[in-house]
This record gives sequence, C-alpha cells and structure tokens, in this order.
Amino acid sequence: MVTIFGKPLLLLYGQLTLGLVNGAFYALLSLGLAVIFGLLNVINFAHGALFMLGAFVAWGLLTYLGIGYWAALIVAPCVVGLFGVALERVLIKRLRGLDHLYGLLLTFGCALVIEGLMRNEFGSSGVAYDIPHALKGPLNLGFMVLPLYRAWVVIAATGMCLATWLLIEKTRLGATLRAATENAPLVQAFGVDVPRLVTLTYGAGVALAAFAGVLAAPMNSVNPNMGSNLIVVVFATVVIGGMGSILGSIVTGFGLGIIEGLTKVYYPEGSAAVVYVVMVIVLLLRPAGLFGRAA
Amino acid sequence: MRLTRRELMGSAAAAAAATILPVGRARAQTPTIKLGVLTDLSGPYKDLGGPVAVDCARLAVADYAAAKGIAVEIVQADHQNKPDVGAEIARKWFDQEGVDVVLDVPNSGVSLAIAGVAKEKNKIFMADGPATSNLTGAKCNANTIHWVYDTWMLAHSTGGALVKSGGESWYFITADYEFGKALQRDTTGFVTGAGGKVVGASQYPFPGTTDFSSYLLQAQSSGAKVIGLANAGLDTVNSIKQAKEFGITQTVAGLLVFISDVHALGLETAGGLVISETFYWDLNDRTRAFSDRLAAKVPGKRATMDQAGVYASALHYLKTVADMGVVAAKADGAATVARMKAIPTDDDCFGAGTIREDGRKIHPCYLFQVKTPAESKGPWDYYKLLATVPADEAFRPLKDGGCPLIKT
Repeated sequence: MVTIFGKPLLLLYGQLTLGLVNGAFYALLSLGLAVIFGLLNVINFAHGALFMLGAFVAWGLLTYLGIGYWAALIVAPCVVGLFGVALERVLIKRLRGLDHLYGLLLTFGCALVIEGLMRNEFGSSGVAYDIPHALKGPLNLGFMVLPLYRAWVVIAATGMCLATWLLIEKTRLGATLRAATENAPLVQAFGVDVPRLVTLTYGAGVALAAFAGVLAAPMNSVNPNMGSNLIVVVFATVVIGGMGSILGSIVTGFGLGIIEGLTKVYYPEGSAAVVYVVMVIVLLLRPAGLFGRAA
Repeated sequence: MRLTRRELMGSAAAAAAATILPVGRARAQTPTIKLGVLTDLSGPYKDLGGPVAVDCARLAVADYAAAKGIAVEIVQADHQNKPDVGAEIARKWFDQEGVDVVLDVPNSGVSLAIAGVAKEKNKIFMADGPATSNLTGAKCNANTIHWVYDTWMLAHSTGGALVKSGGESWYFITADYEFGKALQRDTTGFVTGAGGKVVGASQYPFPGTTDFSSYLLQAQSSGAKVIGLANAGLDTVNSIKQAKEFGITQTVAGLLVFISDVHALGLETAGGLVISETFYWDLNDRTRAFSDRLAAKVPGKRATMDQAGVYASALHYLKTVADMGVVAAKADGAATVARMKAIPTDDDCFGAGTIREDGRKIHPCYLFQVKTPAESKGPWDYYKLLATVPADEAFRPLKDGGCPLIKT
C-alpha cells in the first residue's frame, strides 16, 4: 500500500475530497461576506445566523407547506434575502458613514438575538432534514464512498460561486456595483440609486448565506448553533483571502477546507486551530491577504 | 455562551430577591432548602439535561416536599461546558446564595471541578449528568453522589455485549476531554480484557466539532470491526448519521446514547443500535407513571436517564432532609451525604436501590436495542429490552475504584 508520512494514500484522497466539501461552505459563505464588505463596508457578523435561518426556512417549508428541497433551494434564499433587506433598511442603513465597529457590533447583536430565539424555540439538538430522494445513496469513487449528496454540494457551491463571480466581474450590473464600491457619490451622480443598490446587495449576500444553509440542512442536523460553529472560520477565510476580494474568498475557502482535512489525518487535535495558524502566517507575510490589494 | 450571562443575572436577581424574603419568616419557620440545578442550557448537552432537568427537580419537590411541609427553592444556571464557569457558579451558590445541593452537571470535566468545590464548602453534589467513573474512583469524596450511570457501566454493558458478539477489534472516535478519555479508557479495559484489541483512536476537539466524516473514514481504513463512539449528545447524533451516509459497514457503537439522541436521529437512522441506559420511560408501571406526571408539565417530552436522575436524586435528598430535619441537613453536607447512604433509595425512575460508600448509586443497567420504524408503535416507543445487568454487577466493584474513602 502506498503511504505518505505513514498514512495510506487512499485515505488521503478521501480526506482531500472531504476537505473540498467543507471548503465549498467556506467559499460560499465568505463570498457573501466579501460582497457585503466590498459595498457596504459592514463586517456582517450575522452571516452565520442567516446561514442557519436558511436551513430552518428550508425545514419549515417542507414541514409546514410541503415544499421540497429543490424548490427550497430557490425559495429559502429569497425569504431570508427579504429578511436581510428588511434588516438593512431598518437597522444597518442607520450606521452608514460610521466606523466599521458599529456595523460589527450591530450585526453581532442581531446574530445573538436570532440564534437565541431559535435555540429557545428548537433546542440545541435541532431538527432533522432528510436528504432529497434523488441524491440519496453512495457514490463509489474507488478510494472511498462519497455520499452522493456531498458530491452535489461541491458541484452546487462551485456553480454558485462561479455565477456570482461572473455576475460581478463580467456584467453591467456588476460593473455598476464595483464602481459604487470605489466611489459611491460619483455613481449616484450618474443617476444610479446607490442606497437601493446597497440594500439589494446586502439582500443578495444574505441570500447566498441562506443558499449555503439549505445545502447544509440535510448534512448535519438543522440546529441553531450550525452558523456560529462555522462563522469564525469563514471570517478567517475572508481575512486570508483579502478583505472584499471575491476570487480570494472562493480560492481560500476551498484551500482551507483541504488543509483542514489533511490536519484531521495527521493531528486531529489540531484541526480546530490550523485555520488560524494559516491566518497568522499569511498576515505576517502578506498583511493585505493573499488576493487583497494593499490599502 | 451568550444566553448565559442574562440567565445568570436572572437567577442572581431571583436569588437576591429570595434572600430578602426568608428573613421576615425566619423566626417563625425553619429555613428553606435550596437546590441548584447546574446544567447545559445552551450547548450540545442541552437536550439531555437542560431545562427539562430543572422541571424534573421541580417535580420532585411537588411530589414530596410539599406534603412534608419542607420549603424548597430551585435555582438554575448554565455551566457552558466550561469547568471554570461551573466552579465559579457553584462557589457563588454555596457562599452567597445559601444553595445546599448542586444537581445534574452534564459534563464530566465540569463535574470534577464541582465535586472539589462541594467538598471544600462541605455542601452536596448530586452528579446526575456526568459520566466519568473517576467521580467514584480516584477523585471520589464524601460530599458527592454519582447517581445515574458512569463510563465503567457503559463500557461493561455495551462494550461487553459487543465483544461477546464478535467485535474484537476497535477504533475509537473520542471527544478530547475528561469524559471521552475516561470512556475510551474503560471500554479499552473490557475489550483487551476479553482478548480483543484497539487498533487506533481519533481524539477530536470538543466542543465545536460537527463534521465527523474525516474521523469515520480513518476508522474505516483502520479495518477495525467496531467503531466505538466515546462521545455524547449532538456529537453522537452527527457521528451516527454520517457513518450511515458514508456507507460505513462496520458496527458503529454509540457508547453513550440518550433517548433524546435517538429522538433527534429518527428510527430510520438509529434503528438497530445497541445501547445502555439505566432509565427508560416505558420500562414498567412506575416509570410510566413518572413520565405521565412529567408530560403533564412538559408536554411532548420524555425524560432522559440524566433528567430522571435529577428527579430521583432530588427526591432522595428531600427524604433525607425530612429524616434529619432541615437545620441539621443544611449545617453539614458530608453528614447529610452519609445519612443518604444509610437510607435505602426508592423512586419511580430507578426503583429500589442503595448508595455505596464511595458515592456510587447502585441500580440495574439495561441493554436496549433501538426499534426500527416498523417495530415502533407510537411516539417515543423507541427501545426493546435485550438484557438486564443486575444492580450488583452493573457498576465497578468497590475495591477496583481506588476511592480514598474506602479503607482496605
């Protein structure tokens, strides 16, 4: 049997694949964060809570309205996106022009309130959401059995990341968005309704989080803590990738997933810390992040 | 982590109000007995202990103390699965708020800290939630009673049954703290004692791990026949679910599974698991009667063995208080615990039993198999009984624990 540092090669392949699955979530979530940070300059700490809301909305749609997974993939992000729009209009908008810290504190508070309410309602074990019938069952890759659903997660997440990237980099809407990021008053002078653009961008970023939430729902139990477990790693991803860099978030998300996967083989006790070790190294060598531009 | 500060302040405010009230009555009446339920109100063990554990303590008060005219007050707090936080709360309870007994504490690491505080302050710790057998072993003391179960009992019952049915090589997936390590150690003892071997283990960070697929794959590639899950609560739920998804064909042994976990998993996934518990709501007429009384307070819930333990241990404590008198019981924790050991226990959840010299509560242990969806006849109809380990064999023999209280 071929081994690398005493571990069978086949096992490593398995871990790399799992790393991709986790990386898919890091990428999707940090992408939303990067978009929001880019335009709103808000460090959206509520992102994890909104991710969790996405999963719960998908569960609610199925349980109360009988709406299945595929429809939920579209409906749940819309619902949570609308919630995000309301959040932006009612609260976040009022902090425009203030220091980053205010936005951070506000969204962190929102996250606590949302998570607390959900925990009160559903307990911490949460509820179960079944894998859709078409994606049930295993996929034999030769070196491992990958649940079909996880393969789908990687595909769906990659597709969504690509679509978002194309939208921002290659379309007119994306160009306006990027222009507004650079110089909002000038874009406004051209007749673009910047406040509405900002609101919609926040809504879209939140919808991305909810989309990831729906993807995550069938994997682990849908529980109120699912977002807070993930969000800190996702922030590290954004920092490593370079604040506000779309491509950086995507690449770093997948990369970190893989590094974490390998750590779980060689030193499982350290798997929770490895992301931060990487962050420290990157910040020492490239303070603006891997893909960030120095200010 | 977040809710807690508010809850703490809430309970502190309630406690402050309460300390004002009795002063006026103190001359005419005997003092109030104060029970402190210290549990996980926000983390992975919330559903196996948590708010329902507090309800169970209330039920014990309603069932017994009211009729005997003992005034009882209950306070609650969240230990956040952090030993320092738990010890701090217990210290405050004992020193400033007149709490006499700490109950529950589902988390072995926190429980060892609380046992130390109870001894230092000469108060009482009724350990219902924690698993580590060190509580009645090297770390035992005269102020602590370990009620429901422990790692030795689980290893002996579940581990023993699996080794007997051919599972001679094991790989452990272990929560990296006191409980996981104790459970792995005790199970390893039975596996190797029966001629089996342990081929490896992954110790994962606790709390905070939700994805176990990586460890499951390592267990799979190790070639072990049995994957032993030395974890609990939400972690066990996720491990079992993911083992199913990754097409793992080895026997997955949940060494500590609560009925709340089975409820969360659903019978589709959990069906067939072999597990050990000391309480099940549908075991006999008495357990059903208890469960109906609880359901009247908390609709749609069945107690876990941890929660049932909070009820039973609170009940036994109150009986002892009635026997000794409130003033004497409040004065000396160790003397009250000694009295509790002298009086035989009897409650609806665990039946008749005793408390051993080292603080170990003795009762039978049941080996269950989780029903498949086809076998289950209704909500919460989850277990069928495979075997009963009699009370005198269920727990580690007194002489093997190394408890310093035992003079040999």
